[in-house]
Amino acid sequence: MLDVKKIKEDFLIFQRKIKGNNLIYLDSAATTQKPIQVIEAISNYYRNNNANVHRGAYTLSEESTMMYENARQSAAKFINAKSSESIVFTRNATEGINLVANAWGLEYFKADDEILLTQMEHHSNLIPWQLVAKKTGAKLKFIYLDRNGELDLSNLENLINEKTKFVSLVHISNSLGTINPVRDIIKHAHNYNIPVMIDATQSVPHTFVDVQELDCDFLVFSGHKMLGPTGIGVLYGKEELLDKMPPFMGGGEMINEVHLDWADYRSIPWKFEAGTPNIAGAIGLSAAIEYINSIGKENIEQHGKRLTQFAIEELEKIDGIEIYGPKFNRGPLVAFNIKNIHPHDVSTILDEYGVAVRAGHHCTQPVMQWLNVPATVRASFYVYNSFEDVEVLIKGLKKTKEVFAGVY
Amino acid sequence: MSIEDLYSEIVLEHYKEPHNVGEIQSPEIFAKGFNESCGDDIKIFARVKDNKIEDIKFLGKGCAISQSSASMMTDLLKGKSINEVKEFIKAFNKKITGEENFPEDSDEWFELSALKGVIKFPIRVKCASLAWHTLAQGIRDYENKLIRRNNEQL
Ligand SMILES: Cc1ncc(COP(=O)(O)O)c(C=O)c1O
Repeated sequence: MLDVKKIKEDFLIFQRKIKGNNLIYLDSAATTQKPIQVIEAISNYYRNNNANVHRGAYTLSEESTMMYENARQSAAKFINAKSSESIVFTRNATEGINLVANAWGLEYFKADDEILLTQMEHHSNLIPWQLVAKKTGAKLKFIYLDRNGELDLSNLENLINEKTKFVSLVHISNSLGTINPVRDIIKHAHNYNIPVMIDATQSVPHTFVDVQELDCDFLVFSGHKMLGPTGIGVLYGKEELLDKMPPFMGGGEMINEVHLDWADYRSIPWKFEAGTPNIAGAIGLSAAIEYINSIGKENIEQHGKRLTQFAIEELEKIDGIEIYGPKFNRGPLVAFNIKNIHPHDVSTILDEYGVAVRAGHHCTQPVMQWLNVPATVRASFYVYNSFEDVEVLIKGLKKTKEVFAGVY
Repeated sequence: MSIEDLYSEIVLEHYKEPHNVGEIQSPEIFAKGFNESCGDDIKIFARVKDNKIEDIKFLGKGCAISQSSASMMTDLLKGKSINEVKEFIKAFNKKITGEENFPEDSDEWFELSALKGVIKFPIRVKCASLAWHTLAQGIRDYENKLIRRNNEQL
């Protein structure tokens, strides 16, 4: 059991009142709040160590470089990567996906090659591939959803074939909560030597993700969804694959020798980090990792499961509610709608109780089309949420129904 | 300001049974609007005759605010001239953003002022304006088409 009360004290934002109420933050799948430890790590860096990395031979630059590279090591350890050279710092998961789609895709895809995605991808794992497909003539294929909101793998034998050149899919869906059997899919794709990228944005914050055990070729996540600051993310890639990719962006930091008409690039991972990186962001991410480790991934996962289970049980008691996604074995979030009440109206009324939930399409419009709804309400949980938070949510939903009582 | 002011009886009445829902075949004015942040969409159709909005209808999915706003808008604008409609849209935009007050004792504005609560919920202003912005776009397209047709005839 997590000591939520104690954890909440580390998050100063919970001292705030929203319309006179305590803040009940149920939108961690969009971005998490930040503990004081992360905020102080960033602020201490700017106060004491700030200098550009990999440049000067003076004390501050050395310190700054070391802190940045240590952060890389802690990110590597966090997902059990073999080496820190396989960790590329990006702005966020989206940038990591774009990097691979462009650097790998433009280099290796030809007309009529197939890229396999799923129907439940976040737009950030769909649009980059649409763009690359347009440029290369490659085709997008999809693993579709079954009735429960899980991947229908019955057709996988056909979907993965000689034409398939890349597979990219989400580990835990941010709109349905589905946990995908990524390990099986990776295994299957590897039978054909097809590289697989995992969008682990919603899984890395909550469960232990081991890139060696998964044997994925690429994996991305965002720091801001795991207590870290915005503007820092991670792309993991197997070293031999990163080596085979040309740079995505050019500029300073990513080069060795530069002439007017040619240049020699640095080795990985720096080859992919053009320009001054988000040094403070990486240091903040490292502090977030430390914080998560101090609580323990297993505890976090258990806590998320319990809260989600409790929320689903309580939601089911409300008349006219529809809950989306698999019933069991799901990530720490629940999406739903109340009959005849638009999610936007639900969210506005919940805000009166200090409850922050997301109402919208969650950057997964194809999933909304599949559900045949314009949008859903989504409550998502993290370490600072308690069972009482869920109770306030339920109370707010009952009030919402009262406000709309005349509509039935 | 309470939540009941936002979801007033008038707003909920229109949400429950919106007026002027449907399509108009080969309309002079047509536009589609989309609210990216919530995924709502709306289509507006209008029949223009003698420079007047003879009929106007809408189709769409959306929240109580956007649906009731579209319902009231279509009620009000029917029968007005294009220029009157353009002026009305401008006036509505000023009122819904809080730049101007809703008139206190105007029959015309009586129902619409039920949307007044939105001013205190800045994120929801977009919902209230969706139909109006969409219609404004439709009118611009319509007028551009007229200009092009005139030019071709010259
Ligand atoms: C599953 C998933 N993938 C990718 C992203 C994109 O993350 P970011 O916007 O930080 O790049 C998100 C964020 O909403 C997500 O939930």
